[in-house]
Amino acid sequence: MNPFADAVVMNRDFLRSVFQSMLRARILENKLSSLYKAGKIVGGVYLGRGQEAVSATLGAALIQGTDFFAPLIRDQAGRTAFGEPLIDCTRTYLGSVEGPMRGRDGNIHRGRPSMGMPAMISHLGAQVPLVAGMLFAKRLQGTLTGRVGATCIGDGATSTGAFHEGLNLAAVEGLPMVVVVGNNQFAYSTPNNRQFACADLVEKARGYGVGGFSVDGTDLLACASVICEAVRRAREGGGPQMVVARLLRLSGHGEHDDGAYVPQEIRGGHYGRDCIEVAMRQLVENNLATVDEIFAWQDQFADDVQRAVAQAQQEAVPDPYHEDWTALATRFPLTNFIS
Amino acid sequence: MSVTYIDAIREAQEKLLREDDRVFLYGQDIATFGGAFKATKGLAAQFPNRVFDAPISEDAMIGMAVGAAIEGMRPIVEMQFADFSSLAFNQIVNQAATHFYRTGVPIPITVRLPSGGTPGSGPFHSQSMEGIYAQYPGLVVLTPATVSDAYHMLLDGVALDDPVIFCEHKFLYRWLKAKSINGDHLPIGQARITRPGKHATVVAYSAMVHEAVRAADRLAQDGWEIEVVDLRSVKPLDLDTILASVARTGRLLAVGEAFPWGGVTAEVVSRVTEEGFHLLDAPPQRLNARDTPVPYHPKLWAAHRPTPESICEALRKLLTF
Repeated sequence: MNPFADAVVMNRDFLRSVFQSMLRARILENKLSSLYKAGKIVGGVYLGRGQEAVSATLGAALIQGTDFFAPLIRDQAGRTAFGEPLIDCTRTYLGSVEGPMRGRDGNIHRGRPSMGMPAMISHLGAQVPLVAGMLFAKRLQGTLTGRVGATCIGDGATSTGAFHEGLNLAAVEGLPMVVVVGNNQFAYSTPNNRQFACADLVEKARGYGVGGFSVDGTDLLACASVICEAVRRAREGGGPQMVVARLLRLSGHGEHDDGAYVPQEIRGGHYGRDCIEVAMRQLVENNLATVDEIFAWQDQFADDVQRAVAQAQQEAVPDPYHEDWTALATRFPLTNFIS
Repeated sequence: MSVTYIDAIREAQEKLLREDDRVFLYGQDIATFGGAFKATKGLAAQFPNRVFDAPISEDAMIGMAVGAAIEGMRPIVEMQFADFSSLAFNQIVNQAATHFYRTGVPIPITVRLPSGGTPGSGPFHSQSMEGIYAQYPGLVVLTPATVSDAYHMLLDGVALDDPVIFCEHKFLYRWLKAKSINGDHLPIGQARITRPGKHATVVAYSAMVHEAVRAADRLAQDGWEIEVVDLRSVKPLDLDTILASVARTGRLLAVGEAFPWGGVTAEVVSRVTEEGFHLLDAPPQRLNARDTPVPYHPKLWAAHRPTPESICEALRKLLTF
């Protein structure tokens, strides 16, 4: 008996859409990897391979236009599920001026803050208080009820001061926030036993006075059940929630890294399984989708990705001679050229 | 009836809270307690749910303010001491300062930094951070020296769409008084000729403006007419006013309270040298604090920062070059 059977029955459309976001992200990221290896992308490529179930479930559990989602480095699937168009990704990786970052920032450092999806900075944990602030603003404006703000971090980011300060602040304010920790067992190359000393990261939730959940991040049905419950609790006034998802990154830190430091027994172990294969099986076994449907999605998404890449490749890249070279929104009349 | 510099800062925040729903105040001990320096005294009672005590989490305080700004608010964050903003450095320079350039969404936050030395404050409650923040693109750095500027520049700073580092000098808080908060209300980005002169220009800002004026008073007894330029904002930097002054005097001394390596005075001297070399009759000079942590004992502290005596000495050398 599947412990998440109820969730399956209740959420057919939800699970299909989460899986579609997982698949779309995987196909897109495979393409990004090829482009990187072909020398078509300047800068790094960072994949969420193996983390799609967690990320997409969170993105799909949030409501664009109401909720806030601050994705991190391995959240292509969550971005897709939240509603970020594929073209935002390809434009940013390929440096198109039409993209949200206009060539001023690249790869995963992108967002659309005005649609509730801030652009990450590289400093881990920094988005935790930022999302708290977005929610705090809504409280002051009297429109917080029913909203949730969420962000994803990794096991490494739980060691930062920003994570600690941000989660504590969110707890003090009782904000409807969900922090999903994807514990992929390695922060770049550093294993868990050099990162933290508690038995399980979810123990930290208790210390902050926030809700704590653990989930197998390779299991779509488990993710759907647990992450949706955490989001529901936050949305209904239960304060911040922390979800620790156990999984393994099925790639290097970036495409420049072969991840050779991950021992063979971990790769071959339970968390080394591919969440997309697990999810496919779960969908088919529970009559949520057929194999033919999934193949059709795969073809369709491959087309979508191809088009998004082709379009971004045709677009202009930034022109240093037409860049205005100012970091300020204010134009100071007296000192513009030297400010 | 007189108004102090800290009164002006409190009055400005009161006016902002009264007139702009987007403004809220966030900082340690600022609500019921009214702040370590009482810059928010009574405001929590007067404006319920607009003035909030923060946990001792400088990084999260600024991160939170940036998030609130994205969602349309105009937070004013009080760092208890400028020195502690080092703990918020990442959120200020990497999150707030890069945001508009990267995303096109401005971050109108104001970070109030109680800055500079006072006797007995020691290494961690005395720092002047303006040069560090000015070095980063995407920030406006204000250093008011007068009661009127403390008031108007805080109002004008909060009205800007950019992150503002508002360096208010703790020594001026209660020592500096004016008859009213009214003044010339120059725009942000324009320096002021505080005292006209023709023999040498002293470019100063914040508390050092007053030390420079004292030095100028003393030299006036010997017939020297020293022009004192108050930068008001160190970023943007009003190079036009500085160059115009140097054109009149031919001599430049830049005075700052921050540490001597780099910083605002170095920037002023380097820009004047670059763009106004032909105007100079003597090598441009800098006078800063000494290159040690700010000492605790009042006797050491008084000799660590520029004083009227050391400014006079530097000016005499400059005038007789």
